[in-house]
Amino acid sequence: MAEFTLPKNSVVQEGITYPAPEGATNVQEVHVYRWDPDSGENPRVDIYNLDLDTCGPMVLDAIIKIKNEVDSTLTFRRSCREGICGSCSMNINGKNTLACTKDIGDIDGPIKIYPLPHLPVVKDVVPDLTHFYAQYTSIKPWIQTDTPPPSDREHLQSKEDRSKLDGLYECILCACCSTSCPSYWWNGDRYLGPAILLQAYRWLADSRDENAGERLDELEDPFKLYRCHTIMNCTETCPKGLNPAKAIAEIKKLLVERKIA
Amino acid sequence: MSSNNRPLSPHLDVYSLPLSALISIVHRGTGAFLSIGSIVLVWWLMALAGGEEAFMSAQSFMGSFFGRLILFGWSFALFFHLANGIRHLIWDAGYGFEKEAVEKSSLIVIGAAGFLTFFVWVIAFSFGIGA
Repeated sequence: MAEFTLPKNSVVQEGITYPAPEGATNVQEVHVYRWDPDSGENPRVDIYNLDLDTCGPMVLDAIIKIKNEVDSTLTFRRSCREGICGSCSMNINGKNTLACTKDIGDIDGPIKIYPLPHLPVVKDVVPDLTHFYAQYTSIKPWIQTDTPPPSDREHLQSKEDRSKLDGLYECILCACCSTSCPSYWWNGDRYLGPAILLQAYRWLADSRDENAGERLDELEDPFKLYRCHTIMNCTETCPKGLNPAKAIAEIKKLLVERKIA
Repeated sequence: MSSNNRPLSPHLDVYSLPLSALISIVHRGTGAFLSIGSIVLVWWLMALAGGEEAFMSAQSFMGSFFGRLILFGWSFALFFHLANGIRHLIWDAGYGFEKEAVEKSSLIVIGAAGFLTFFVWVIAFSFGIGA
């Protein structure tokens, strides 16, 4: 059953406000969700006033600046800083996206940073994605074949068949879409969510894979697949411009086609 | 490190739901409202079978301001659910998933529901049913 309010230990409280450095003329307010596992206190939102004249252009630059210059205890994930690793996914001004590709200039008013929604928080804006990765494992994200590859080469694929993976292979598993989905919020224990379903379709759409039947058997489930109600938050928020909702619809179509064929 | 005291990150409070998500919520709400409406319909039919007196009392309730307000809400719910239901059919066939298409169909659903509701009530009043 959907729980619309946060549990008692998760209610967010007011935090500390850090003033802008002296002489700063281009000040940007940045609100950041903070939670320290050692403190025993509830989460809070700290407010940092940064000088944008000495800050890089992206939200990730602002976060790194806070950690370097204001508060070294701020904890977050980041790696590639160019939208290819999927580490710095977080909720920025009400929408899930990658901090490294989100331009500060696109944001009016204060920047508001929260962890990806409806996940257990490890520390600050670092959520626990264990369950998400376990769901990924459950769809067997690798090629499965019965026929052996030709003796002198790997399994080949025509350019046409390869192009069927466009819009699917680019997924970096940042979990922005899954954690934007209300169905995943309320039923994430059993519903696979948009990211994992897009990945599941990526292997169904691969001409080299020979295990589509079993993959579809696994997905044909009122919760794993059919908790998708086409709310469209996933497609709306994907920082890579992919379309998980369409991929899910394609899986549903394959299941219908299989039944009437 | 203990992990059982981990807080749940904020969801509904911080997420700014896009129009498509709001329509999804209204779709569910109108669906529930229509179920209640169908019970009212059964009650009205029972009153019809129950003779003149029962029917007249049902009619006078339906004709009252409050009754008409419910009927108005019901007709809007019906047309909204219908229009968005058709959109779901199109989605189930695999079409209309592009962001621009979703934005457009969202507006079409709202517009169609509003227009059809208005249209039906104009007809109802022009036939003197509401008079």
